[in-house]
Amino acid sequence: MDKGRTMGNQLKKFFDSPVSLNLMYIPALLLFGIFIYYPVIQGIQISFTNWNGYSPHYSFVGLENYQYMFTDIRTYKVIINTLIYGLGSTLFQNILGLAYAVFLNTNLKGRGIVRTIVYFPVIVAPIIMGYVFYFIFQYDGGALNDILLALGKERIDWLGNGPRAVWLITLVNTFQYMGVSMVIYLAGLQAIPKEYLEAAEIDGASGFYKFLHITLPLLMPAITVSVVLNIIEGLKLFDVIISMTNGGPGYASHSLSTMMSDLFFAGQNAGFASALGNLMFVIISFFGISSLRFLRRKEVDL
Amino acid sequence: MKKTLSYLTAFLISVVHLIPFYILINLAFKTRQDTNSKWIPPDYLYLENFTNVWTQSNLGVALLNDLIITVCTVALVIFVGVLAAYPLARFPTRWNNAIYTLSVATLIVPALTVLVPLYKLVVDLHGISTYWAMVLVLTTFFLPTVIFLYTGFIRTIPRELDEAALIDGCNRYEIFFRIIFPLLKPVTASVIIIIMLGVWNDYRFSLFLLQKRSVQTVPLVLSQFFSQFQNDLPLAAAGSLLSMIPMAVIYLFLQKYFVSGLAEGAVKG
Repeated sequence: MDKGRTMGNQLKKFFDSPVSLNLMYIPALLLFGIFIYYPVIQGIQISFTNWNGYSPHYSFVGLENYQYMFTDIRTYKVIINTLIYGLGSTLFQNILGLAYAVFLNTNLKGRGIVRTIVYFPVIVAPIIMGYVFYFIFQYDGGALNDILLALGKERIDWLGNGPRAVWLITLVNTFQYMGVSMVIYLAGLQAIPKEYLEAAEIDGASGFYKFLHITLPLLMPAITVSVVLNIIEGLKLFDVIISMTNGGPGYASHSLSTMMSDLFFAGQNAGFASALGNLMFVIISFFGISSLRFLRRKEVDL
Repeated sequence: MKKTLSYLTAFLISVVHLIPFYILINLAFKTRQDTNSKWIPPDYLYLENFTNVWTQSNLGVALLNDLIITVCTVALVIFVGVLAAYPLARFPTRWNNAIYTLSVATLIVPALTVLVPLYKLVVDLHGISTYWAMVLVLTTFFLPTVIFLYTGFIRTIPRELDEAALIDGCNRYEIFFRIIFPLLKPVTASVIIIIMLGVWNDYRFSLFLLQKRSVQTVPLVLSQFFSQFQNDLPLAAAGSLLSMIPMAVIYLFLQKYFVSGLAEGAVKG
């Protein structure tokens, strides 16, 4: 009886203290634990086995998968492709997004319509976007080849050449998501106090000087957000590749994600796929974290 | 002169960005036998691609699946995310800061790097081709973004508000549900839109987790349809066009939330 009361008191005391509010993040931690942290750890284990993905029998093979990964020339090709997808789209999206934002941050009539149009592809499923561009790049009857024919030129098998397919996929991804960068930069530009630019104007600064020495430094936080998000998303690129080339011709346009999904489901090589997944994790963490640190430091410097 | 040039640029940008959709629309309204260039719109009215793709790919069921999964995921991720964000934003002890960093850093873990073990886990839980497994997995992978956005927003709400309510006799949970929660409407609008787009258009998780035809979502059904009917492009085009309609309608009506929500989330965070 007495004991129950002290228990009750203690409970009440616990729930009155701010510490008890920490209970509120338990559901989130549980989900992370079950569906992310536990699989990450298991992925490391699987990468040391020759598991085929479904059989109950497998054995530990030590570093064999990693040895194979680093001696296989396909790995290097796929890493380079992944970097082009990630860093290439980041570069294009941010340069174009910033250019569009500066252009639209004027009192141009109809700029709302332009913004709506440029942002529209963001709402389309990337897998579908890939199909839409397939109609354009297709060899036989594709919209681009129709133009070449009309100009009296030879048709080109746009997606039939690996390196070109990689750049075209990068451009399609840029086309689809540059609206996000544009909108982030527009918000950043609108947050810059007009007085700064006016003061510089009185001092006789040129338009380009103002952009370089006032606008750009003040835009740094927006640049950080846009660039880091683009790098992380770009290095994960999957859907558009599947719908435009499915990694082909051969394996020439595979990214790490499409390659590992192929190895797992078509190649039934779960051990190797896991090793590749771990490599991808390391690469994305490296680029994500180092770009964040680099840009944050720049923010302080400027 | 300068003004004319600006308008010309604006016009050119719009045209270039509309070309893919122009081609798509042309194609969707053509018969399979029409071999004219994709640049030339048909000079007849032909709607059968739409009715055919609707019945042949069972798009209605796919839309319903998409709707169920999207609504459940958005509701669950907001509930779990907002609960987690409150203590992380209000009581930044060393321990809580570490948990916050860990949660947001999870953003970097690409779903596909854990593809093999995650797939195995869902198989072991008998969750393949079920709504609940799909919803839980999607919720988990969108949770870092949601925690990030809500924590950032709650930090901007003055603490005096909590303290005043505490003096008035509210307990800490009442403060959260009665005072803080209603103030989160603006950021919730952004969260709903970001997550809704991500879930509705998801392909990578659906591809692995939704194997039965009866639970498959629109992107998945269309991608299978596309490889199946690769020589009937007008049909595929009609399917692609139909699949864009729901989000396009929402976008056109709630445009300001799409654009401002995303940008504010990014700039303030």
